Amino acid sequence: MPKLTFKGGVHPRDNKEHTCMKEIRELEQPEFLVYPLSQHIGAPCEPLVKKGDRVYRGMKIADSPAFVSAPIHASVSGTVTAIEPRPVPNGQMVNSIIVQNDFTDELDPSIKPLDYKTVKPDDIPALVREAGVVGMGGATFPTHVKLSPAPDKKIDTVIVNGAECEPYLSSDHRVMLETPEELILGLKIILYRFGITNGHIAIEENKADAIALLEGQCARDGITVDTLKKKYPQGGEKQLIYAVTKRKVPLGGLPADVGVVVVNVDTCTAIARRFMYGLPLTRRIVTLVGGAIADPCNYRVRIGTQVDYIIEKTGGFAVEPKKIIMGGPMMGQAQFRLDVPIIKGSSAILCLTEKEAELPEEGPCIRCGRCVEHCPMGLMPLYISQFSRMEDYESCEKYNITACIECGCCSFECPAKRHLVQDIRRGKQEVMGIIRARQAAQKEGK
Amino acid sequence: MENRLTVSSSPHIRGRETVSDTMLDVILALMPAAFASVFFFGQRALAVILVSVASCVAFEALYELVAKKKLTVKDYSAVVTGMLLAYTLPVTIPYPMIIIGAFVAIVIAKQLFGGLGQNFMNPALIGRAFLMAAFLPKMTSWATGRVGIFEADAVTSATPLSTEFNGEMPTVLNAFLGRMNDGGALGGCLGETCAAALILGGIYLLIRRVINLRIPLAYIVTVALMSYIPGKNPALQGHPLLAVCTGGVMLGAIFMATDYATSPTTRWGQLIYGVGCGVITSVIRLYGGYPEGVTYAILLMNVLTPLLDRWTRPRVFGAVKEAKAK
Repeated sequence: MPKLTFKGGVHPRDNKEHTCMKEIRELEQPEFLVYPLSQHIGAPCEPLVKKGDRVYRGMKIADSPAFVSAPIHASVSGTVTAIEPRPVPNGQMVNSIIVQNDFTDELDPSIKPLDYKTVKPDDIPALVREAGVVGMGGATFPTHVKLSPAPDKKIDTVIVNGAECEPYLSSDHRVMLETPEELILGLKIILYRFGITNGHIAIEENKADAIALLEGQCARDGITVDTLKKKYPQGGEKQLIYAVTKRKVPLGGLPADVGVVVVNVDTCTAIARRFMYGLPLTRRIVTLVGGAIADPCNYRVRIGTQVDYIIEKTGGFAVEPKKIIMGGPMMGQAQFRLDVPIIKGSSAILCLTEKEAELPEEGPCIRCGRCVEHCPMGLMPLYISQFSRMEDYESCEKYNITACIECGCCSFECPAKRHLVQDIRRGKQEVMGIIRARQAAQKEGK
Repeated sequence: MENRLTVSSSPHIRGRETVSDTMLDVILALMPAAFASVFFFGQRALAVILVSVASCVAFEALYELVAKKKLTVKDYSAVVTGMLLAYTLPVTIPYPMIIIGAFVAIVIAKQLFGGLGQNFMNPALIGRAFLMAAFLPKMTSWATGRVGIFEADAVTSATPLSTEFNGEMPTVLNAFLGRMNDGGALGGCLGETCAAALILGGIYLLIRRVINLRIPLAYIVTVALMSYIPGKNPALQGHPLLAVCTGGVMLGAIFMATDYATSPTTRWGQLIYGVGCGVITSVIRLYGGYPEGVTYAILLMNVLTPLLDRWTRPRVFGAVKEAKAK
């Protein structure tokens, strides 16, 4: 069968061999856990506990009345010692609940398994929301919103995103290999929610063992396992939908506009665990990797565990790191301090050595056109970045700056090493602000 | 330790390819034509290339020193310009003229517009165009054989493209290899004589993905097709292969028209640009006052490049449906 893919993209060295053959290890619980009240896209949560309260593992400790939001649960049992601003991976200070672990790991009494077939399909999203499930590929968009499309959008396909196209990362790969039954159950629950049978698990060709394993397990369930070409950003939502269904998500639209819902591998298992064990989302798999890491591996980490603790407990640094990134090297965020917690979207801690982190000096654009050729969104990064630098936001908008997915292909490919994504990202924020202001003005005019 | 961590915007890794790698690839691709020029025109051909490269690099460094700009000679782009300029000159060109051409190419066409990537017309071709305007007789005297380094005169003849050409038309194979039927050099500039050598370099650039086929192919095919149109030179009419193997078409299509800074970056833009170069070249050949039109064809299309890029913006992924909805 021809391997599925999209137009554009790049081929960075995938560097997955350091971790992808090793079993996921359990990380010891830390003494203190930090739960930022905003770990997702949407409204921040309000705390439901106060200083001195006792909490149990799986207990809801923060929630929001807003629809686009997701509650936060304690990942250990213990006592709330403070609610105060703490640094988070995106560089901001966010109000956070601090819990001191009592190491008894006592479960919240409300936690009970549930057979999804006894639940009405329309009640599934509310249960998923209650479990705090958000997109764990890094975008952290609340999953129940995806499961509740507008009534005029008919969903006919569900795709589990197992592309994991970012170099170094292998957490999804390991999850597919170690808990395929959770993955398949999660997919079945989503299919049940929409009353459909067309389920896909899409995996990049470099994970042949996962493809073979899941093909064997899915045969009787009517779920299709798709082999994707190894190319970055194959796991970008729009690129993935195009590769699997040949449908194009309209500009500014959502996957639901073409009848598709895409969920990440670990998001899918989080949904499954809500029903299998009654557990909300309180742990995630983190790839700890990079040349500076002594013993790279995937770890099962309680959400709220601080990065410095993880590094200390897993063998520390082999050499001094020059750059520490939360997420993959193409889209992850560089950190300037390590007392930040693992949140729901933290897929990896990537610690690069001085040599790995070296960024070449920027030169003038030679107009070679490689950024245009490799852009998976069909944009012209050389012009957009130039407009952004000149603060010509009108031209930025005309050249569709808002369609940029910030995948980094243009910067990666540029022979002059220009900071294209950086310029475009800045311009995009300005243009989004201008568009929002214009829309607000239009509303008022009406 | 934490204060020593680097924080920067993603992506955190970059591809290996650099601008100087690309320029080195072009220099390598130009080598076969250099050998061919020495083979046909003797040691003076090598001297012309060396003088041109040396003066281009010197002017680039000098300008940047005077203007207090960052020295960029190590990106090899001035070497490429120097080689290309030399390839557009006759072997008998006096050395001082080469230096004047290099000055025009590097200082006026490239640096005054902002340096690498900012020039809107091909520097080597501007250099050549200036020399054509200033020293026409010296620029159109074509040697038929090898010339020594310090010889200034040589047996010359008209190029087969010229209406003054009265010799025997070369066979297609001979024109492809760069020689007349008697074994002498095909009259022409240093680098354009041997089509085979230029194509060899072009194939290397294609394999290395420095260029793509769109511009060269569109250019060459257009010139080939337009050779069927009757023009001022009936001896050439209906000989598509001769049309593309003589004159500067191969050099222009493979190495000049594909210059990044002065050619479009979009698929359709590149195709239209290639066809445009072909049409203008052919029109000058058929009806113009010059025997050859490659220089002006490419320079004219250079000027159109920003417009072509604007007119042929690629379709943004997912834009189709929205257009239909409207």
